[in-house]
Amino acid sequence: MADTANTVFNSRVPDGPMAEKWDRCKQEMKLVNPANKRKKKIIVVGTGLAGASAAASLAELGYQVESFCFQDSPRRAHSIAAQGGINAAKNYPNDGDSVWRLFYDTVKGGDYRSREANVHRLAQVSNNIIDQCTAQGVPFARDYGGLLSNRSFGGAQVSRTFYARGQTGQQLLLGAYSALMRQVGTGRVKLFPRREMLDLVVVDGVARGIIVRNLITGEFEKYSADCVLLCTGGYSSAFYLSTNAKGSNVTAAWRCHKRGAYFANPCYTQIHPTCIPVSGDYQSKLTLMSESLRNDGRVWVPGGQGDQRRGNQIPDAERDYYLERRYPAFGNLVPRDVASRAAKERCDAGYGVGSTQQAVFLDFRDAIARDGRHAIEAKYGNLFHMYAKITGEDPYQVPMRIYPAVHYTMGGLWVDYQLQSSIPGLFVLGEANFSDHGANRLGASALMQGLADGYFVAPYTTSNFLGSQNLPDVSTDDEAFTEAMANAQDRNSKILGVQGTRSSDSIHRELGHILWDHCGMSRESQGLELAMGKISDLRDEFWSSIKVLGQGEQLNQNLEHAGRLADFLEFGELMVRDALVREESCGGHFREEHQTKDNEALRDDENFSHVSAWEFTGVGNEPVEHREQLEFIEVPLATRSYK
Amino acid sequence: MSETLDLTLKVWRQPGPDASGRYVEYKLTEISTHMSFLEMLDVLNEQLNEKGEEMVAFDHDCREGICGMCSLMINGQAHGPDSGTTTCQLHMRRFKNGDTIVVEPWRARAFPVLRDLVVDRSAFDRIIQEGGFISANTGSAPDANSVPIPAPVQETAMDAAACIGCGACVAACKNASAMLFVSAKVSHLSTLPQGKPERDSRVQSMVAQMDLEGFGNCTNTEECQAACPAEISVSNIARLNREFLRAQLCSKE
Repeated sequence: MADTANTVFNSRVPDGPMAEKWDRCKQEMKLVNPANKRKKKIIVVGTGLAGASAAASLAELGYQVESFCFQDSPRRAHSIAAQGGINAAKNYPNDGDSVWRLFYDTVKGGDYRSREANVHRLAQVSNNIIDQCTAQGVPFARDYGGLLSNRSFGGAQVSRTFYARGQTGQQLLLGAYSALMRQVGTGRVKLFPRREMLDLVVVDGVARGIIVRNLITGEFEKYSADCVLLCTGGYSSAFYLSTNAKGSNVTAAWRCHKRGAYFANPCYTQIHPTCIPVSGDYQSKLTLMSESLRNDGRVWVPGGQGDQRRGNQIPDAERDYYLERRYPAFGNLVPRDVASRAAKERCDAGYGVGSTQQAVFLDFRDAIARDGRHAIEAKYGNLFHMYAKITGEDPYQVPMRIYPAVHYTMGGLWVDYQLQSSIPGLFVLGEANFSDHGANRLGASALMQGLADGYFVAPYTTSNFLGSQNLPDVSTDDEAFTEAMANAQDRNSKILGVQGTRSSDSIHRELGHILWDHCGMSRESQGLELAMGKISDLRDEFWSSIKVLGQGEQLNQNLEHAGRLADFLEFGELMVRDALVREESCGGHFREEHQTKDNEALRDDENFSHVSAWEFTGVGNEPVEHREQLEFIEVPLATRSYK
Repeated sequence: MSETLDLTLKVWRQPGPDASGRYVEYKLTEISTHMSFLEMLDVLNEQLNEKGEEMVAFDHDCREGICGMCSLMINGQAHGPDSGTTTCQLHMRRFKNGDTIVVEPWRARAFPVLRDLVVDRSAFDRIIQEGGFISANTGSAPDANSVPIPAPVQETAMDAAACIGCGACVAACKNASAMLFVSAKVSHLSTLPQGKPERDSRVQSMVAQMDLEGFGNCTNTEECQAACPAEISVSNIARLNREFLRAQLCSKE
């Protein structure tokens, strides 16, 4: 097994009481005077909630910002697809919420595998986010008196979720995008859409630039800066089928990893319980429906195995509302990992519904009878519409069929309290980092984290970095840029040069099957060992038989996909290795060998209360595992129970 | 009804921005009716790759109807025959066995074709950058509840803010007008109290940029509304005209 280096991590968490850490950190930070800010250049890769908000905020401070995204416009980033909402500790409903409770819920929800100090800061700035977004014109739902409305969300017993219909991510992203575009208008942000980051340039140990491919012309371009912010999202698309966008990828993060940034907890993946089931082998992606549906929908399966009747034809006496039965306190609102595993358990036991029997019912019959169709339509109209479009069934009449799907990744590049990776000058924000959600993310917390990092954390911590460094000027003619560019070009030429027989889609699907079968909702050592070998073989097959037509010097979507796939094939092995080494179950990581007699996740706090941060040592080589010990001072370790 | 379809596709192929394009015919068999339109194109691309022909380039990303990246004129209709639906959410059950389907890129002077079905929509970004925002620097916001917004006002703003920026309105319009897109943003922001301070400069700058980009004018055909996957109403265009007139007459700037 991998060597464990006994590195003592400096996570740079400030001393002092939890509630004062962030203030203390800000007080001690170095500042950059306004005249000097104008001379500093910052690269921001990705324009989702984290990237757009960071780029806009840094430009407002006066820095020169260069913003990159692979889509045709920054407004397309996949944050846009988040539906349900965003948490904040405003306590407007007067139901007992507070910064401390949001912090507590998030640490507990993460199954005690996140860094307490980061989570506390997240809860602290949550309220500022709501204020900021409202000021930008985000049309959050309101009551008739004109004040903001809240709803409850999976894993919480208070109503702290702000929302804009079922399109909260869209509205928040368009808010951040508008702030970004305003800065583009002032000239402080230079926008580079349809650019894919293909390497990080490290000069004298500090991240000083990036190599990108212009996706329209196929040309490679070099950009230098005083620091680099990576806001490139998660790696769910490793599974091929996921709720992520088709373009979502691990490439930028992985290339940083290959340049020395540690990758933390890659096995922490989140499987979302309320997705539309797979319908055929042509399927290109899975569609999530907001888990806010679980506020009013009741989850059940037939009481008998192999029941093929339509949901509305099965009488109450023959239904098993298994979440309400197993978890009376939280019922249908248990956290995502718990709800997902419970659905898998029922389907594996033969109680699944629909043609594939890989689905459970989500039923609105009782809610419609109680509140009326109009009220349900007002809350979930767009989701019902989307479900009907995709399945051809009317969820007002028959229960929805749902099944879990890969949705979010808690793991990511390791960062310290300042969001700086193990490469100085490389900061990692949002889903791309690992720090705030532990082994499981609570609903409505991803939007909160992306915007917290971008609006309220990175502007301080990157300024602190720039204020405390005396960086020499660097030119893109520097040798490091030349080397990185050649490296990126070479990889693309190799892919084009194989001229084999297999399409990138077919190999990606195969990788997805391996990961879903062995490193999905439940994992065990034999399967993981097997997966490691299979992924390594598949990677060899990729490099001997991939078939990508066309040229590099043109718009070539197949080349883009193959390049991302090549990285997933390297990354997938690390994910499996991490799952293998973590001999415990926690949050989204469920090891069959480690469960209670009620089939609940069994943590091993004595041996695994740490972050595994992996150091790259070459493709196919064993990476080195570094550990950051986690301490739980404010939220004492306890078994997570939702009963 | 048959579970699979045999289809003829006529797809616009154009190697690059300056090259000339043409329709190329492809036959597809046994297409499942449960596939989305883009999954059908994935199948086509797999078959082309196998035969040694370059894949058809088309923009897409989220495939759940919200990112606005997918486009396509399908049998002359932006995003195809279903109302309130993006191409990625259009399913093959909407077509009949033996159908011929013509697939083209968005056609507009302001949206030049980059390759095959991919067009350049950066004109929309440049319009937003001229005023499609509320100037509120990070950190300067008052408490979110300090300005109550009546629910109906918020609803009106939300209806307009739902625009996904896909460009179907432009593609559907015989004048390639971007009035629906621009009006959605102007309505969203000018309806809200937070957006009032900049309403005059916003509408004037955005309209000026819209003209500069080469979009046509509105002649009230309302094809844009019919094509819009986010169901943005043309009443927003009326509001845009009102805002513009008001700014011209009353602006002190």
